Amino acid sequence: MSQIPLNHVFIFAIILFVIGFIGVIARRNTLFMLMSLEVMLNAVGLAFIGAGSAWVEADGQVMFILILTLAAAEVAVGLALLIRLQQQRQCLDIDALNELRE
Amino acid sequence: MQVLAYLPFYPLLSFLLLIMLSKNLTWLQASIISVSSVGLSALSAGYLIHNFMISADSVVAVHLWQWFKLGDAAVNFALRLDSLSAVMLGVVTGVGFLIHVFAAAYMKGDENFSRFMAYMNLFISAMLLLVLADNLVLLYLGWEGVGLCSFLLIGFWYQEPANAKAAKKAFIVTRVGDTFFAIGLFLLFREVGSLTITDIMTSNELGLLVDNNMAFWICLLFVGGAVGKSAQLPLQTWLPDAMAGPTPVSALIHAATMVTAGVYLIARMNNLFLLTPQVMTIVAIIGALTLLLAGIAALAQSDIKRVLAYSTMSQIGYMMLGLGAGAFSAGVMHLMTHAFFKALLFLTAGAIILALHHQQNMFKMGGLLKKLPVISSLFFIGVAALIALPGTSGFVSKEAIIAELYSSKTAGPWFWWAAIVGALITSVYSFRMVFLTFFGQYRGCAEITKPSHYLLIMPLFLLAVLALAGGLITLDLTALFDVNVIDISTEPSWLHSVAVATPFIGIVIAYLIYFPHAGKTIRESKSKLTLFIQNGLGFNGLYSLLLVKPFLFLSKCNKNDVVELLIKAISWNVVTWHEVLKATQTASLRWYLAMLALGVIILLAVLLGQTSGELA
Repeated sequence: MSQIPLNHVFIFAIILFVIGFIGVIARRNTLFMLMSLEVMLNAVGLAFIGAGSAWVEADGQVMFILILTLAAAEVAVGLALLIRLQQQRQCLDIDALNELRE
Repeated sequence: MQVLAYLPFYPLLSFLLLIMLSKNLTWLQASIISVSSVGLSALSAGYLIHNFMISADSVVAVHLWQWFKLGDAAVNFALRLDSLSAVMLGVVTGVGFLIHVFAAAYMKGDENFSRFMAYMNLFISAMLLLVLADNLVLLYLGWEGVGLCSFLLIGFWYQEPANAKAAKKAFIVTRVGDTFFAIGLFLLFREVGSLTITDIMTSNELGLLVDNNMAFWICLLFVGGAVGKSAQLPLQTWLPDAMAGPTPVSALIHAATMVTAGVYLIARMNNLFLLTPQVMTIVAIIGALTLLLAGIAALAQSDIKRVLAYSTMSQIGYMMLGLGAGAFSAGVMHLMTHAFFKALLFLTAGAIILALHHQQNMFKMGGLLKKLPVISSLFFIGVAALIALPGTSGFVSKEAIIAELYSSKTAGPWFWWAAIVGALITSVYSFRMVFLTFFGQYRGCAEITKPSHYLLIMPLFLLAVLALAGGLITLDLTALFDVNVIDISTEPSWLHSVAVATPFIGIVIAYLIYFPHAGKTIRESKSKLTLFIQNGLGFNGLYSLLLVKPFLFLSKCNKNDVVELLIKAISWNVVTWHEVLKATQTASLRWYLAMLALGVIILLAVLLGQTSGELA
């Protein structure tokens, strides 16, 4: 079984991370920002898995499970907030929701 | 001694009660509470003084609790009764009680009656602390307490701006003296290490104080305090204006008790003063000048209460003169008799003012002897004691002072002559007042209503008895004061006869100038000289020119407040930076994120640059 080189894994993770990040800053709809955030989290998770298998360590997979849990919790809270926002404002545009400024 | 311990607190309790319930009390309830509390104090005082006189102890002391500690020296809340404070105690509670009775009737119908009586009670309480204090710190507490009550009571009818102004003036001017007194206390504590009166009287350090000249400065500062409180030169300007308060207040605070606190202080510290003859001479000079200038000022007044105010200043001048000459017993004796006859004069004047519906101008009075015979004769008794006619209490005490002046080491013939001239002026202005008020035709237009309330008249009779017979009370103060300061055996024999004759000469002069003969028109003089004298010989103008105007000028120059500019600069800085930083808070979340990423990239670039540099 041929192994995927670690470099490739990292390059893929970076590409995923950048795509996610660009999604976060370019999107105005908060729902899509949340989804892009998930992509970024997965990119980090991928980097952990790759590094863990390259060095034959279980730590990488443990970290990934932690990140997965964190992502699940974050999405739960984030989606709850989004539903409340949608109900109260009928709007998910992040630029319009800036009242906390003052 | 339980009786002594509770004594100052009855009026305090009544004060608290009256202040808390003020709106819900009727006239009868409020006056019963306030008068009986002072009466209770007076009864305890009588009991204590009686016991004190028959017992062999020279000091009765009671320790209540420790107030605080100054270094190693404890400042106790402790009371002390010796012969000097016994005299003061008798005056404050006795005269205070009579004035309270009068005040209850005088102020009946005032809408703030309970507030008035509450302040009067608080005053008595503070004054009792002052005279019974075992240490100078407690004395200072009472000293400030009476000052506060004086302020509150002068400005009792604060709806009139003039009254509020007079109250402020009295407070500020006496504060100058109080500051001197406080500094004197600090110095004394630094030198002696204790402020207990017993310690000061018996301290071994006192000799050292004379050597390093400290005693001089301490005594001088104490004199500063006494001068402020007792309205002597140069801090006398507040007392005539203080007559803005209700008449019982003038009688209680500005004649009988509070203004004599300065005399009490000097008599209390007599052993300190005896160490510094220079300061004693200064006290004598202040007293002599005040009694002359105040007497002259009294000659031109038209307001009956202001005549009495200037006369109070002048009589306290006599006490100061006596103290300065080393005649401590005579000074304290005059303090006591003055409290009797001046309270009588003020209260009868108050009764007259009430009968004339608050007319105080003597030129609008006249002929009152026929219309108010009882009150007029009581007033005569007061005047007779004031000018020291033989047979009155004033005669005993004033002659005692004058007799000791001539051969005193710290005073001398000059002071004797000043006192004689002062006595002459006293009898002239007193009889000017009598002639204007009681003889001739009635010149006012208000109808005269005879004050008939028995509470108004009864205290007057008792005070009249005291003013006549007060001289029979023999004060044995030998335990406190060195008696052999003055040797009067070498005096010329004519001194005494001159002193006795002077008041009669004054009466004759007053008769020639002021008696309203038939056909003589009495008009208020408006000449410049009269107005100058009437306004207290220009002291108000002088202080206004020297102190008030420069102060106002400075405050005008400094309208924008130099010190505040610094603080304003700080606040300007903060506000400006706040604005700058606020501009970065765009609330655009995506923009923040982009900047965050940029920052991370720059940091990474720097780190990479460093690591690659290390590797190379």
